[in-house]
Amino acid sequence: MTDTVSHVPRRTIPFAQEAGGALAIAALGAVGYFLFPDDLAFLTRLIGISFLVLSLDLVTGFCGIATLGHAAQFGVAAYAAGIACVRGVTDPLALLGIGIFAGTLMGLISGALIARFRGLPQLVLSIAVGQLVAALANKLQWLTGGSDGLSGISPGKVFGIYNFDMYSRTAYLFSLAVLIVVFVALTRFVRSPFGLMCRAIKDDDLRAKMIGVAVYPRLVIMYGVSGAVAGVGGALTAMSTGVVGLDSVAFERSAEVLVMLVLGGAGHLWGALAGTVIFMIFEHIVAAANPFHWMTLVGVLLIGIVVFAPRGLIEPVLSLFARFRKGRAS
Amino acid sequence: MRLALSILTDAVAYGMALFIISIGLSIMMGLMRVVNLAHGAFAMIGGYLASYAIRDLHVHYSVAILLAVVGTILVSIPFELLLYRRIYRKSDPLIQVLMTIGITFLIIGVMNFIFGPSLKTIALPPLLSGPLDIGFRSIPTHRLFVIACGLVTALALWLLIEKTEFGIKLRASVDHSGMADALGIRTEIIYAATFALAIGLGAFGGVVGAEILPIEPFYALRYMVTFLVVVSVGGAGSIMGALSASMLLGLADTTGKYLAPEFGEFFFYLTVIFIVFLFPHGLFGRSHA
Repeated sequence: MTDTVSHVPRRTIPFAQEAGGALAIAALGAVGYFLFPDDLAFLTRLIGISFLVLSLDLVTGFCGIATLGHAAQFGVAAYAAGIACVRGVTDPLALLGIGIFAGTLMGLISGALIARFRGLPQLVLSIAVGQLVAALANKLQWLTGGSDGLSGISPGKVFGIYNFDMYSRTAYLFSLAVLIVVFVALTRFVRSPFGLMCRAIKDDDLRAKMIGVAVYPRLVIMYGVSGAVAGVGGALTAMSTGVVGLDSVAFERSAEVLVMLVLGGAGHLWGALAGTVIFMIFEHIVAAANPFHWMTLVGVLLIGIVVFAPRGLIEPVLSLFARFRKGRAS
Repeated sequence: MRLALSILTDAVAYGMALFIISIGLSIMMGLMRVVNLAHGAFAMIGGYLASYAIRDLHVHYSVAILLAVVGTILVSIPFELLLYRRIYRKSDPLIQVLMTIGITFLIIGVMNFIFGPSLKTIALPPLLSGPLDIGFRSIPTHRLFVIACGLVTALALWLLIEKTEFGIKLRASVDHSGMADALGIRTEIIYAATFALAIGLGAFGGVVGAEILPIEPFYALRYMVTFLVVVSVGGAGSIMGALSASMLLGLADTTGKYLAPEFGEFFFYLTVIFIVFLFPHGLFGRSHA
């Protein structure tokens, strides 16, 4: 994995790339809004999950940490926002803040445990942390509703103007706006010296250590940032669906988002988004028909990706872009 | 006393079932360094085949076990040739995790397509189905059978690894694959044989332990984590480790279920985090630098 060169900031018009990204997401969002007005609830859920995939990308794609417990951050934030809402905090932005805080906290805790090791212990610790959170969510019935789920989450108006309607229009546009903000911020973040150093740790942690990088603290901080991003998704999903169930902390959720990330391409923010969109839309169509055909399809797809395109579906697109740029430059 | 005894029987039987299935995974992870999350899926194939053999072919239980083990190994051969071979001893766990999760999904989908998505029962022969009187009280015979199977498996594996020539070659390949290769040991054959052994043990455990870990459509996903945890706590590649970890986790889980069912898996995973954090290579494992 030596694709770092393409991520060195190039001298171009300042903020052109960020603006392009924001416009592209806004355009895609508009397409969804106007073409599928009946499926906005689904599209809102898709956006919620895409935060989790972006968050996973930060630790897996940019730091090389293999984790199968990433739903913990998402779920804890969703529960935190949901509980706060049921207890009387109804302002959506405040709930978002609570979600981010809870997600960050959970991220830092998991990071402190998981980032200490590599390989198998790391994987097992990540699973165990995820399962621990799931068991807690199930056990603390008075707080989380247990297996019945936490229901009755009805957030107030966004900015005091826009109500959450039953067609999910507000929820969708609100989520989309937050996604654009987070995506632009992350585009900057992964190109920052901190982000590049995380890539260096991923490529060769021993070498990073040798040139004097404090590896462990960096990974924990990255985990915290990733938790914050997952927290945004958790809080948004809790607000838009109105319920938080045990599925938001389940092992299946963690495995699924990993599949989405790798499908799109780990180590690219666009890859994370693309993977989420492709996976969720396919799941929406195929799984409704027959869940076992869906599993077979995902299995074959996953094996195919690992064998033939280990960098995900985004890679051919990126190399096409690179060739186009080179062609123009020469 | 009565409660303690039934907890103990159930815990040991559960632990033994875990052991028979997980030891295959443990050997595979010790030798090939493959985090094979699809191990449970192969155990599931074994269970499905045995259930089919007994219900539709009306063969005896022992024949069904044999059919299941051989059938599962046959099914696993293309996977070994085409997929697993690529990821042996590759250090990137992410690739291994993804590929084996993909294999798991594929197997779940195909098996349920062929055999139908329902709970598969494996009917026990009359010899094993009743209770057995051991003087002061009776114990389900099947539990004793599972425990006996586990002990025999452990002993046979120990003999195989410590006392035979294959075992010597296997240990040489574990310690230093490249050097073993240079000394003329055909490591790819050792790998293939070990893979078959591991899968066969998984299928055997799946069938024998079906009363304790029921064969259901999502078996592979449901116990994926459990098997991995056993290996990780015990230490990859160690029979003693897998045995003690299975017993420990079986006891923790069963006791928890009897005495405090509402606590669920909370203490189980707390223990796991604690052990893995203190012993990252497992209780009996060695670090592979």
